[in-house]
Amino acid sequence: MSPNHSFELCLRMGDNGLILGQRLAEWCGHGPILEQDIALTNISLDLIGQARLWLSLAGQIEGQGRDEDKLAYFRDANEFRHLNLCEQPNGHWGTTILRQFLFDAFHLPLLEQISKFDDPQLASIAQKCVKEVRYHLRWSSEWAVRLGDGTEESHEKMQQALADVWPFAGEAILANAFDLELAEINPAYNIQMVNKAWWSTVNDVFNQANLEVPAANWAPQKGREGIHTERLGFILAEMQFLPRAYPDAQW
Amino acid sequence: MNSKNWPLFEVFIRSKNGLSHKHVGSLHAADPAMALENARDVYCRRNEGVSIWVVPSDHITASDPGDAEELYEPARDKIYRHPTFYTIPDEIGHM
Repeated sequence: MSPNHSFELCLRMGDNGLILGQRLAEWCGHGPILEQDIALTNISLDLIGQARLWLSLAGQIEGQGRDEDKLAYFRDANEFRHLNLCEQPNGHWGTTILRQFLFDAFHLPLLEQISKFDDPQLASIAQKCVKEVRYHLRWSSEWAVRLGDGTEESHEKMQQALADVWPFAGEAILANAFDLELAEINPAYNIQMVNKAWWSTVNDVFNQANLEVPAANWAPQKGREGIHTERLGFILAEMQFLPRAYPDAQW
Repeated sequence: MNSKNWPLFEVFIRSKNGLSHKHVGSLHAADPAMALENARDVYCRRNEGVSIWVVPSDHITASDPGDAEELYEPARDKIYRHPTFYTIPDEIGHM
């Protein structure tokens, strides 16, 4: 793997965590009950912690003096490499759960692959993340089942929310040019296997949750190439305002 | 319990192997499985434990604080119940 490949992969992983973590943080203080408010902010903090590791490494590989904060706060929308699924709005509780579940079901098998890479830095970050993400998937699966297979009203809301987030999930499991190139030079990286694992988790949980896979096609999304939806600008405006207005601000 | 609130559970956490579970607080959850996850999320954020028990609060029978006089005071002056009056043979050393 060339430094360029590692850099790109770190940005993808880091940006997924950063943007989804930022989205989840919007729930802080607004969770349906105190316990779930904490559960969701725990996940948010896990993801932001992971983003720090990936982005620090990205900056180190790039070697141009950009640290995690520079990368998080001083890049513009078209330089972000996350899946557009991550930036979709929180909607109601069920929307947040399903967005999280569709992401976790992809995130875990991908991290499991990276944790077996020859590159010790990439592998060790992934090994740390795997433990956190196993719990994320368990948590989001359980809620998907609870609400999907709950009351008539909760089922209806979940099926509706699924229709909203489903089209964005395709980007996670379909290979783009970078994925194919990376797979060629690093056989441990295989997006088809992630795709398979994703479908197996999704089918299994939807089966228990009594949720139907929507008939809609995948929306063609290119977040990984820096083409994002209109949502990202608002997230960055909020997230990046302070360090841009006060570049020397310290905690 | 009104229908709007989920049932209350008491949470017990074992801080490390070899110690017993200790009561750390309570939380609301729809069922025991959710209570366990909530306990993990609420009470194990700072490396507090290695094992969790959750018990529905209404399954705990507690003594009445008003009965304290008759329940506990009689034991106060029975110092002979403490095993401090035995002489321990030197060979035993520290017990």
